[in-house]
Amino acid sequence: MTCGTITLNTPDLAALKLPTDDNGPIFAEPWEAQAFAMAVKLHEAGHFAWTEWASALAEELKGAADRGEPDDGTHYYHHWLAALERLVMEKSLAGQAELAERKAAWVDAYLHTPHGQPVELSSGPT
Amino acid sequence: MDPTRRNVIAAAGVAVAPSLSVAGEPAHDHGHDHDHSDVPSDPALRVKALESLLVEKGLVDPAALDVLVDRFEHRVGPRDGARVVARAWADPAFKQRLLSDTPTALVEMGYNADQGEHMMVVENTPQVHNLVVCTLCSCYPWAILGLPPVWYKSAPYRSRAIIDPRGVLKEFGTDVSPDIEVRVWDSTAEVRYIVLPERPIGAENLNESELAALVTRNSMIGVGKALAPGATA
Repeated sequence: MTCGTITLNTPDLAALKLPTDDNGPIFAEPWEAQAFAMAVKLHEAGHFAWTEWASALAEELKGAADRGEPDDGTHYYHHWLAALERLVMEKSLAGQAELAERKAAWVDAYLHTPHGQPVELSSGPT
Repeated sequence: MDPTRRNVIAAAGVAVAPSLSVAGEPAHDHGHDHDHSDVPSDPALRVKALESLLVEKGLVDPAALDVLVDRFEHRVGPRDGARVVARAWADPAFKQRLLSDTPTALVEMGYNADQGEHMMVVENTPQVHNLVVCTLCSCYPWAILGLPPVWYKSAPYRSRAIIDPRGVLKEFGTDVSPDIEVRVWDSTAEVRYIVLPERPIGAENLNESELAALVTRNSMIGVGKALAPGATA
């Protein structure tokens, strides 16, 4: 499987403007960089092939397009993250419940950490 | 949450996230970054959850993540590609090796071949102009070009590069005469293409680092040409 096929789903391509490159930051937010790095490192460690990664990402992009979401490149890392979560679950590296629980724990940690102090997960139950 | 605790925090002048957003509504609106409360956005939290779990399980090394993030955030990527192009311009034998066996030539230049085994360099000539796209996702030779620009990942570029490459080139301000063949290369997970732009006229006496300064990222994607000597990058 490669990314080779092209779907022409809009008859009005000329009306779509290419976003110009302003040489801005490649990552809009730090989480994007972290998500990028995790996918690369998991691949390097052999947890999935890069072809598997590309097809997971392509499916996320296609899903967004099918839902009619704007696809101008700015939400790219949202799709990247969704693909990463999906592969992590598919490969049993982490489970859905585990991820949800951990996310809630982070929210809790943020709410319980006074401003100015590093936010850390407490090891025991809160 | 404990109301007493919350009051203490509030009294200390801390912005506490309203409980609505804590419930987990995805925070997709990017217009509000600067007045974010203490709780990060939904994707940031998901990344934190993933990272902390994967690190805990020993599946990723946090130090290695930091190294990679740092490398890409500082855009060393495109400069690596530029050095490869400059070497090819300066050294015809290297150019031949680069075109016939890109991965080996990259290793020869000291580039760690992570992902490099999938790269292929295509050469612009007076008869042929090459343009690179990834129609389905956004495969990109980031090991030496850094991360792709936003427009490379956009649907208009991904579709229009194939059906109207000359129109796309024109929008980038790149003039390719009608008698020059435009070849569009659709990158995949197996092969990511890099364009070897034509060496600009007047660059004959420059050394490799001066040459590298003429090589733009866009010229290696094929939407632009290398800069003329004397032009500022």
